[in-house]
Amino acid sequence: MTNKTAPIGRLRIAKDEDRNLVRLLIMLLFVFALMSALRPDIFLRPGNFISMATQFPEYGIMAIGISLTMIAGGIDLAVVGTANLSAIAAAKYLIATAPKGSPDGQVLGAILVAIPLALAVGLAAGAFSGFLISRLGIPPILATLGTQQLYTGFAIVLTSGKPLSRLPLLYSELGNAELFGFLPVPFLLYAAVAILIGVVLAKTRFGLRVYLLGTNAKAARYAGINNDSVLIRTYMLSGLLSSVAGLIMMARANSAKADYGASYTLQCVLIAVLGGVDVNGGFAVLILQFLSSGLNMFEHVSNFYRDIIWGGVLILALVFNWAIARRRERAFYKK
Amino acid sequence: MIEYKRLVRRTEPYILGAILLLSVLIQARSGQFFTNNNLVDLTRSMVVPALFAIGAQMVIISGGIDVSFTAVASLAMYATTRILLPIDYAGNVALAYAMGASFGLVMGALNGVLIAWFRFPTLVVTLGTSSLFVGIMQGVLGAHELPVPQSMREHGQAFLFSVHNAQLDLSSEMPVTILILLGILALVFLIMRYTMLGRGIFAVGGDEVSAQRAGFNVLGTKMFIYCFVGAVAGIGGIARASMMQNCHPTNLNGMELTVIAAVVLGGTRVSGGLGTITGAMLGVALMTIMSNSLILIGVPTYWQKVFTGAIIIIGTGVSAWQVNASQRRLATRRLATGKQLG
Repeated sequence: MTNKTAPIGRLRIAKDEDRNLVRLLIMLLFVFALMSALRPDIFLRPGNFISMATQFPEYGIMAIGISLTMIAGGIDLAVVGTANLSAIAAAKYLIATAPKGSPDGQVLGAILVAIPLALAVGLAAGAFSGFLISRLGIPPILATLGTQQLYTGFAIVLTSGKPLSRLPLLYSELGNAELFGFLPVPFLLYAAVAILIGVVLAKTRFGLRVYLLGTNAKAARYAGINNDSVLIRTYMLSGLLSSVAGLIMMARANSAKADYGASYTLQCVLIAVLGGVDVNGGFAVLILQFLSSGLNMFEHVSNFYRDIIWGGVLILALVFNWAIARRRERAFYKK
Repeated sequence: MIEYKRLVRRTEPYILGAILLLSVLIQARSGQFFTNNNLVDLTRSMVVPALFAIGAQMVIISGGIDVSFTAVASLAMYATTRILLPIDYAGNVALAYAMGASFGLVMGALNGVLIAWFRFPTLVVTLGTSSLFVGIMQGVLGAHELPVPQSMREHGQAFLFSVHNAQLDLSSEMPVTILILLGILALVFLIMRYTMLGRGIFAVGGDEVSAQRAGFNVLGTKMFIYCFVGAVAGIGGIARASMMQNCHPTNLNGMELTVIAAVVLGGTRVSGGLGTITGAMLGVALMTIMSNSLILIGVPTYWQKVFTGAIIIIGTGVSAWQVNASQRRLATRRLATGKQLG
């Protein structure tokens, strides 16, 4: 019986995904064309594309983390705090073992320890959120609001609220390097993460369980899935991705700070919603980056208009998805 | 015996205990807690968070969550000040409150339409609208720090009584804005306790489908909640600007988290349907005492966020655990009756 229904179900999901993808592509092309038409001289320069490709991966990767937790039926609002805390742990280690001006060999050795250290902090942070949600039963929104405060708090305590600069130069050189002269390292990392998570969700047992858990937690439990373990692992994965984003932010700013990227949370949720909570929805990141870089080209336009656009686009995307779902529902009942 | 058991299962006694413990601790460390001016100062700094908490609690009881009220309050406060300042309005301050409440109401209505009519998730909607409101204030209106018009200035300086601490030679005044808080508290208490509307809010938060079947107008109830909460946030904004004697567009940012934490700490169930106004006020008191008094017991201000986070986690953890425990009790009781019947 399951053999008969499963392929059909999967086909329908695939079709829905395609529709969403096509919609996002159209939006992407529209924004691209709009920005190109408005300021072709600046927007279409190769330099602009390279700079965009170094900017979007940091919140793109965090948005993938949030998407994962949203697929599992929750949300992770602690991504920014986790990213900063991981970056600060790495920065502290780097500054302590290889201060600015140390020989390259020593710095490289320190970097090879600092990166796993940051990733471990991210995993631990995610595991704690996951523990609060699965074992104690705290609603994900509140648990991660709490851990966001807690991690940001730790970051402030660790740094006394001041930015950690004086990082060895080699780190930011590596992080900002461009492969073949046009592929920035952050972009490659983003692509790798997106593909990896896509494969994990589509092809592994864990991915299937995450979807099941998000669709119907009770059914998942009766199907013999250990929901607690799946939840904790999902939040650990989100924490891991956040720490990768933190490492990228640290390389770009050549410093680490407790309140860096405070406005990213909303952007990441927006990207996740716009992408239809789907890793294939990665185009959503590009749309926002085009919009954001496009806005940067108009110097007289205040940065705060970006807030209006984030909020407005989020609400419009919700209304749009709603209208489409309703139309489909009506078509279904007509049949 | 039954009364005692009921008391143990409630959250309020624990919060009250925590407040007393913290107060005694601060008194022992600094000797400055139970002084007349400190108590008046604490009450003074509770006024605005308490106003916000009333709204936040109503939303949480109805099963949602609202993170946009600080943005609503800031924009309502800023827009009102911008309009009244050029004429240096000196008439009755009620006009300022009415304007703030109306601006808040309009913004709350937007939340309401998106949440009640379209049925979008409340967190996503309010995150979006708060970004929108902040953007309108800082982008379109180009917000910057403003003085407040004469009527708000006088209103903010007016006080009910003044106390003097002879030991430190410090005076503190009880602001008249506390009357506004008390008025709204009384109103909300009456609505939640004695009207069908209040029952509806609890019912919607408990189980939306059941509420609908029982004949409650779910859409109307939700619309009312978000409009009302927006208006209260607007009033909170005006009270804030009056008490601060200036209108600062961004310094309410981030307060939403502590307010929500305070409400949840006070025993309001996050999944909706349960909560008392007494609990919420006790939660606000605990958070206010903590943030005002950490310095008194020698904790550096850097630790403030850690404490806030820890309190949110502990508070929500305890109430989540209580819910789980009561569900377990219910399950065992059902099992027992089932056996008896069988």
